[in-house]
Amino acid sequence: MAEFEAGTAAGAQRPRPLSPHLQIYKPMLTMMMSIVHRITGAALYFGMLLLAWWLIAAASGPNAYATFEWFMGSVLGQLLLFGYTWALIHHMLDGFEPAEREMLTLATLVGSVTLTLILWVVGYLVMGGPR
Amino acid sequence: MREAPHMRTPMRRVRGLGAAHSGTGQFWHQRVTSVAGILLTIGLLFIITALLGRSHAAVVQILASPIVSIIVLLFIINTAYHMWIGMQEIILDYVHDETWKFLSLMANTFFVFAVSLASIYAVLRLSFGV
Repeated sequence: MAEFEAGTAAGAQRPRPLSPHLQIYKPMLTMMMSIVHRITGAALYFGMLLLAWWLIAAASGPNAYATFEWFMGSVLGQLLLFGYTWALIHHMLDGFEPAEREMLTLATLVGSVTLTLILWVVGYLVMGGPR
Repeated sequence: MREAPHMRTPMRRVRGLGAAHSGTGQFWHQRVTSVAGILLTIGLLFIITALLGRSHAAVVQILASPIVSIIVLLFIINTAYHMWIGMQEIILDYVHDETWKFLSLMANTFFVFAVSLASIYAVLRLSFGV
């Protein structure tokens, strides 16, 4: 009966039925990950400022470069860089859209963390340890 | 995705081309830039790893070499387009107010141009040693 009222004034006042919203569904890892893909994408977007800073500092001279190195060597800088590395690798891996299955999504998460750690171990080895 | 050229429906030719006013073209471009991005990111990670802990002079010298400069430049250009489309997609999904949509789309363009042109300028300056 409600549908007959749709065009009338009374019908227009009444809130229309809504399709099920996000909170109706059981939270799945796959759902989470599709949001994570956007979040990592947005983080990487602003993270491009770090790349710009690095290149501009290198082009500006030793003093500017030393400031950049000092910041990146600090705890905050290392955390930012580590987060950036993980976001980059995760964004690439889950960009393959394997999200049909929970297991594959889990593998993407494990894979991105593992690859990030490996990359950092290699990085520290190249530098001869954290400074 | 594979049949991108056929995804343009007759409606796409006659109407407003969707919220982004550009049809399915950008969807396809986003896929192309993501594949290129994987290759270029691997290249960039190699370069950065090789530069870790080196002095400013050594970093400048390596960044200025043609192959390295070209990879970094390609990375910046490819990423600029990819991030511009990606942020536009996010804005169009979450910002519904016309004024805010317009302003944030414009801010997206400004940000991408500023960051990528600054980076490109730095690389060119390093390679040409001005």
